[in-house]
Amino acid sequence: MMGQTLKLRVASAVTLAPTLKAFRFVPAEGGLVPASGPGAHLRLFLRDGDKVHRNAYSLIANPDDRSHLSIIVRRVAASKGGSAFLHEQVREGDVIEAGLPANLFPVIRTARRHFMVSGGIGLTPFLAYIAAFEAGGTPWELHHFCRPDERGVFEALLDPYAGTRVHIHSGGTLDVLDGPLSHQPLGTHVYTCGPDALMTGALERAAELGWPKARLHSESFGGAVAGGAPFIAVLRRSGIEVAVDAETGLLDAIEAAGVEAPCLCRGGACGQCLIEVADGVPEHRDHFLDHEERASNRFIMTCVSRSKTPRIVLDL
Amino acid sequence: MTIQFKPDETFREDFTYSNSDAAVLRFPFPFPEDVYMYSVNIEPHVPGGPTPAFDNPFDVDEHYVAECRERAKVLEQDPSRCKVLPHMMAAQWDTLELIMESFAASYPAHFTLTREGTNWTWENRPLGIRDSFVFGDASTLPLPPFEYITRQAQGDFTLQDQREDNLFVDGGMVTTQADWSMDFNVGMTFHQWHGPVPLAHEKGVFDRALKFLLRLQFGAPVRRLNWTMTVNPRLDTSPENYPQWGPDRTTLTADNIGAKLHLRVELQSLFRLPRSNAILFGIRCYLCSIEDLARVEVWGKRLHRVLRDLHPDIADYKGTTRYRDLAVAYLAAFDDGAALPSGTAPRQATLPPKG
Repeated sequence: MMGQTLKLRVASAVTLAPTLKAFRFVPAEGGLVPASGPGAHLRLFLRDGDKVHRNAYSLIANPDDRSHLSIIVRRVAASKGGSAFLHEQVREGDVIEAGLPANLFPVIRTARRHFMVSGGIGLTPFLAYIAAFEAGGTPWELHHFCRPDERGVFEALLDPYAGTRVHIHSGGTLDVLDGPLSHQPLGTHVYTCGPDALMTGALERAAELGWPKARLHSESFGGAVAGGAPFIAVLRRSGIEVAVDAETGLLDAIEAAGVEAPCLCRGGACGQCLIEVADGVPEHRDHFLDHEERASNRFIMTCVSRSKTPRIVLDL
Repeated sequence: MTIQFKPDETFREDFTYSNSDAAVLRFPFPFPEDVYMYSVNIEPHVPGGPTPAFDNPFDVDEHYVAECRERAKVLEQDPSRCKVLPHMMAAQWDTLELIMESFAASYPAHFTLTREGTNWTWENRPLGIRDSFVFGDASTLPLPPFEYITRQAQGDFTLQDQREDNLFVDGGMVTTQADWSMDFNVGMTFHQWHGPVPLAHEKGVFDRALKFLLRLQFGAPVRRLNWTMTVNPRLDTSPENYPQWGPDRTTLTADNIGAKLHLRVELQSLFRLPRSNAILFGIRCYLCSIEDLARVEVWGKRLHRVLRDLHPDIADYKGTTRYRDLAVAYLAAFDDGAALPSGTAPRQATLPPKG
């Protein structure tokens, strides 16, 4: 199940660089797009033949008038999935499906100052952040890391804010962060988004310089990513077997097979989707079960968890 | 649907508030079983439920105009009932947008929202309000956006900011409360403001509830019911005004308890706000005398059993200790002890005449 879905028309699709394309969506059936805030992402459900690609992209703006939603998509090298589909197949005028915006990387509203570190396409949520900071008059500073050949593209995206607050680095080292991270006023929060190595590097440097954990934030799609090794779920009471592929969540696969399963938050937290395991070993990814319950292998939260064994038998 | 409002009823002094038969039958009765204990009784806030009180994101009923007037009176006497910390401005606009959109969609006969980009016009016909303003520009509204819109809605509202894996109650409009203070609680964390609740902490209810709420998603609001009892149909049972309502508990007698003692139910709703990522907590308060409740057969019997067998710590926390025996004795007359089906629907379409 995809929850509540939106129908969006592609109002524009503009190539920014060989691997970067900007999309602007408007409501396909009139009206307004849902409201969103800085850091929110949009999950696209892209129908490609009998396959559905589910890809999440940060919104680069949150317009007050709710006239449109905008994203920038990097084409992943050798992608056979959503990013290649968006780059090659999706054209202006096409109608696509999306989930409601969700935010796993919100701005800290009590911060006195915002210090952002992005790498490559990880800039996208910060485009929305910066617009909000500008509107609210909150001080900010951005350090963006990119390859030398893409510098021009990012300079263009950041052009409206050019000046002392935007620093673009294409030298391949994070050392340039040490100075600025050592001289931030009290009340500053640090945010990072980009490749894992960049985020980990930035957070480690900040931690070494004495930044408390509560002041450090990184983008994570958490529950929005379902992947893992494929397995078979045997639904004992329904009398069917469901193949769960590498990109699909267990609950999604159960629902796609037409079986009604309990659920609520779909983020591994609420406990509603708890199902008893009759055989097999769950790979727990939830925040709900306690240590003992996990170790017992008797329960699984279907919305986020998977199976360590090739087959898992569920009381469903 | 057009609602017949009762603009002149009062919630203080002469207490002319009363429920029509239809209002009794739509009451969100909170006890699906004969025994009450704390639990994380949260369900999706989707249209539909045991009574029409659950049909809309924000319920408007016959008491709407009178309740808004009562709120204005409370605020006039004590402006500290509405508090919003400065970093919650985005959440203020979120709240205004959510309530205006919901009211206009649920009750088009009474409310209209017209939008041209960020130029909005809001018409609230029951209260005679018509304002044009620029969404996002607080200087174009007569009041800050949160206060502006919550003065036009029934029930209390609080705003929770989410940070440090916690929720902070960083704003609220609280004039119809069951003995807690916004002014006292503002800025507290989730566990701090729930500190006084007995038993539930030990059961892990708040740990689990917080974990759940931190992951609440935009577009998937949830709700729960809470309850207490109030002597006289008084909305403002605040700690600030305790001297005015505390003594009411001593006025109950076997003869007047049916009409004077009210079951107070809060239909609590929780919405993830999209722009601010804050959570809006709606606390919609319903009052019904136990005499009226007993006109619904299954409710009268169940209320008797719940009150009779209530855990003493909970009875105490809810302030019922002084009159519980009297209420149980009153309700016993309606209870033949027959087994009741679980659930809260009234299971009858009309009420017998009063008394």
